[in-house]
Formats: sequence, C-alpha cells, structure tokens
Amino acid sequence: MYYLRLVFKNIFRHPLRSLLTLTGLVVAIVAFGLLQTVVKAWYAGSEMSSATRLVSRNAVSLVFPLPMYYRDRIRAIDGVTTVCVSNWFGGQYKDTSASNFFPQFGVDHETFFDLYPEFKTNPDELLAWKRDRRGVMVGRGLANQHGFKVGDVVPIKGTIYPGNWEFVVRGIYEPKDDTIIARQFYFRWDYLNEEIKKRFPRRGDLAGVFIVGIADGSRAAEISARMDSEFRNSLAETLTETEKAFQLGFIAQTETIVMAIRLISFVVIVIIFAVVANTMAMTARERLAEYATFKALGFSPGFVAALIFGESLMLTALGGGLGILATFPLAAAVKGLVGNIFPVFKVSGETVVLQAASALVVGALAGIVPAIRAARVRIVEGLRYIG
Amino acid sequence: MNATGGPGRPLVVIEHLAKSYRRGDQVVPVLEDISLTIPEGDFIALMGPSGSGKSTLLNLIAGIDKPDAGTLLVDGEDITRLGEAELADWRASHVGFIFQFYNLMPVLDAFENVELPLLLTSLGRRERRERVEMALSLVGLADRMDHKPNELSGGQQQRVAIARALITDPTIIVADEPTGDLDRKSAGEILGLLQRLNAEMGKTIVMVTHDWHAVESARHVVHLEKGELVDEAAAGSDAGQSLWKRR
Repeated sequence: MYYLRLVFKNIFRHPLRSLLTLTGLVVAIVAFGLLQTVVKAWYAGSEMSSATRLVSRNAVSLVFPLPMYYRDRIRAIDGVTTVCVSNWFGGQYKDTSASNFFPQFGVDHETFFDLYPEFKTNPDELLAWKRDRRGVMVGRGLANQHGFKVGDVVPIKGTIYPGNWEFVVRGIYEPKDDTIIARQFYFRWDYLNEEIKKRFPRRGDLAGVFIVGIADGSRAAEISARMDSEFRNSLAETLTETEKAFQLGFIAQTETIVMAIRLISFVVIVIIFAVVANTMAMTARERLAEYATFKALGFSPGFVAALIFGESLMLTALGGGLGILATFPLAAAVKGLVGNIFPVFKVSGETVVLQAASALVVGALAGIVPAIRAARVRIVEGLRYIG
Repeated sequence: MNATGGPGRPLVVIEHLAKSYRRGDQVVPVLEDISLTIPEGDFIALMGPSGSGKSTLLNLIAGIDKPDAGTLLVDGEDITRLGEAELADWRASHVGFIFQFYNLMPVLDAFENVELPLLLTSLGRRERRERVEMALSLVGLADRMDHKPNELSGGQQQRVAIARALITDPTIIVADEPTGDLDRKSAGEILGLLQRLNAEMGKTIVMVTHDWHAVESARHVVHLEKGELVDEAAAGSDAGQSLWKRR
C-alpha cells in the first residue's frame, strides 16, 4: 500500500512532464486503436463470412461470368443444400461520389435470405419482395443513410448494364448484430436477367458467381474440389472457395495498404516507447540521490527497482486506460466520417486487449533499464548526485 | 588509537582500515591504515581538509561503502564481512543517517519521511504512528507532521532527518556535515539537538564537519589528513583547539 502510494505520488511530482507524457501516451494508444480498427474494418467483410457458404466463380477471373445452367449441376452435388446466383450490378445512385456509393447485387430471391441468416427480415416484406420483380431489399445502414423507406422508388444508373433502372424498396433487413454489414442493395436476379435479355440479348442467362450453401462446413474443401472437377475442361471452368477465402481474395488486392496501416500503428507504439523510456530515464537520473538514500536506510535494490518499474507501469497503465476510453467516442466520430467506406467500424475486444498490452509492454520496457541502473547505483555515488 | 576519554565500552573498533578508489587506470588511496576506537555514547567530530578521507571513513563506519583491507567492528560485528543484503539489514537496524542536504523524500510529508525506516521493521501501523509522533515531538516538529519538505525551512528539514535517524533507535548515528547547508542559527539548533541526543539519550554520534561550532559540540575530535589519522583529542581540550587551528 505504502509502495503504491509512493509510486503514485512520484508520477505527479512534475505535473507538466507527467501531463505531457500522459498526453503522448493517450494520443499514441488512441492512434494505435483507431488504426487497428481500420485494419479490422478492412477485414469486416471476411469476418462475417460463413463456414457453410462457398463461392464459385469463373476460374479465369471474376469479371468473366458463368453459364446459368451450372446452378442445377451444382445443386446436384452431394453436400450442397442451396445455390444462389449473385451478379454485381455496379450502378450509380445520384452521382459518382463516394458518399452515394453502395454495393448492388442481383440475387436469387427464393434462396438468398435463407443463405444469410445474419440478415433478419420481416416475413411480410420478404414476401412482398419475392412478389415484386422490381423489388429490392436494402440494409438498415443504407436505408438510414439515404432515408429509404418501403415503397420508395430508387433510380440507379447502370454502368456494367447501361441504362436507367428503377427499383422499389420492398423491405429493410436488419443485421443480426453490429459486426454485420447491412449496407447492401439486393434486387431480384430474374428481373435483371429479363431486362438484360431485352437490352443486350447476348448477355442473358449468365451468373456472376454462385453462392453455395453446404450442410457441413468441414466438407468445404472436398465439395469445392468436387464442384470444380464437375466443370473441368468446360468453356467456363470454376474456381470454388469458401466465402471467407473469396472475401480475403479481394482484400489481398489492397494488402499493401493494410500492411502499411498495421506497420504505422506499431511505429506509433515504438515512438511512444521512446518518449516514455526517455521520461523514465530522466526521472531515474534525477532521483539517484533519493534511491541512494533509500538504500542507505536499508531498503533493498529490488525495492528501488520496483519504485521505478512500478512508476513506469502505472504511468503507462494510466495513459493506456485513458487512451482506451478515448478510443470509443473517437471511433464513433470516425465512423460518422468514413462509415460509407467502412460499414463496420467498431473497436473490437481484441483491439482493446492489444492497446492495453501495448501500454503495459511500453511501461515495462521503458522502466526496465532505469530500474536496473538505479538498483545498481552505489550508495556513495548516488548520495553525491545532485539532480 | 583510542578516542581519549570515551564514555563507554568500545562500540566501533577499526583496525588497519584502507580504502582506495579507481580513477581510470589510476588507483587513488583515500584511507591508509586507519585504526580507531569509538566508545559507546561518544560524540566524535571527524575533521580534515577536503580529500582527507573523512567522509569515506564515515561511509565505511555506516556500512554504505566497503574497505579494501582491515576490520571494522560495530557493536562486536565485523561489518566488512557482510554481504550486500545483510549489510542493508544491518544498516536498517543499527545506523541512523543525517545528511548535509537532509535527503528527505520530497513527495512524502514529515510524518511519512520519519516513518520510512520503520517500514522495514515488523511494527504495526499504530506502533509506527506512536513512534513517529514521539520522534517528531522530540525534534520540536509535532505541529509540522503533514508538511512536505518544501514547506519546511532548512533547519526544520534537518530536524525531520534527525527524527528519521532516531526512529529505529540505532546503535550509531552518522552525520555528514549536518550543518553544512544551514544558517548559523539553524546550525546552532541542530548541534544543540545532537548534543541532547548524545548527552540525554546516550546516542553514539560520528559527525563529519568543517564547522568549528560543530566541533565544539562534539566530545572528541579526530583529525585526518591525506587518508591518515593524524591526531585525536577531546573537543574542548587544548589539543582539540590546536587541531582546529592547524586546519
């Protein structure tokens, strides 16, 4: 108790220095937390993937479609429970600004929401969607952002499929929890296909990807291989992988950026380590006479070392704690700014643990050398020191 | 040699003590073949010019430095044979320190500073409080217990340091220029206090000083020059006076 009181009093001995060091720590821990959250947000899509969903695409490239008749052949493969076609639409809402961007897909209305139980739908709205060829289901996040309501007509300008398209909002689905992205715009693939056939007859009956539901996630590799072998040596060979691997494939294209962000987050910690280490070294040097006095009075070198080590740890724990607390409102503010790019921008438990661990590691490393030095100081030399 | 007219049994017995320091490749002898006995209840003033080795001798007696050769018995125990940890324990129970610049902990108040050495004992909180209050009353600072060092004058800080030195009822009190940082009046009060501790409580005190007023407060004067003990005398004696003049 006495030891803790002494350590605590020592921390605030030079209020300005402590305040500056604490500010640095808070800023570093917040920056680290936010950067880690950005990285997490980058992977959010892959993290909501299901182990029982596979994605089958053209083996050459995602931009090449697959024949629609593959659906029935995939459905016949042992272990497959559901098959859903999905076409990326890539249309523009209002203009090309990032704030008006949202992902649009043409999907099988009969099977899609069965495959995605993480999206909660109102049965009446779902039925209305299934009955309306121009119907669309929009995610809660997207509806809130643009004020979409059931019955609204949403005009979209096609880019992959040129022309003006109009969809009627028939339902708004909710995410199961806040780790689920609910900013998509799902309309019926059969409506898309019909219109394509009218407007671009040679582009009809083609699927972007097949989303395949399987009964047993542990058989994913086997079923994927079975599916791909089914279409081997055909005009459009397939590449089937788990939904997570499929999503990670997208992220891999921007992996350098993610790596850079991750690296910067750790550089921030290294910088704050240097700041805290300097503070602790300076502190220990100034107090050599005090530490020598403690030792002269009969306190052990271990006690002296523990004073500095404890001070370093308490300082970083305090800064880390404040930094962690500050991360949450700041992350919420950042989400308001970049929510369109990162639909899930949430400080995870893992990030908090990393922040806390970083603060404590910084405290321990910054305190260790000054602590050893103070513990080893010869009493006679220490007493001569005028800090 | 014996300090003349020591009032009790030999408490500190030093024989053929030597100490040198390394300065780069050079070995600088600081103390050479020192032999001295300090009786229990004595009040010794160690004098000598700068670099004469008086502080080194004090440090060796206090167990915060180790000699190169010789024996140093305090209360019958050869402290030169003790390891670091044993020596720390020994200091905690046998030595009270008074430093020139008080060496109080700035973040602790007077009470907490005096209490520090008691934290190494098995005393409970209440006993510690009683002792600290008694010690601070003894040095006339009962009304300053919750004052931090920077809220006290130099003389008051030194009195807190004296209370801290007394608190464990040590075998010996070592004082390194206890009046060196004080004005004449405060120095007089501190010396008076040390005299009282010696005369009324029988505390054995070894003090390094340059101050002739301080010398007069001591019972005996030991003079060192270039690491050697050149003379010792009763402080008030003619020999003691001549020692001072020789300085």
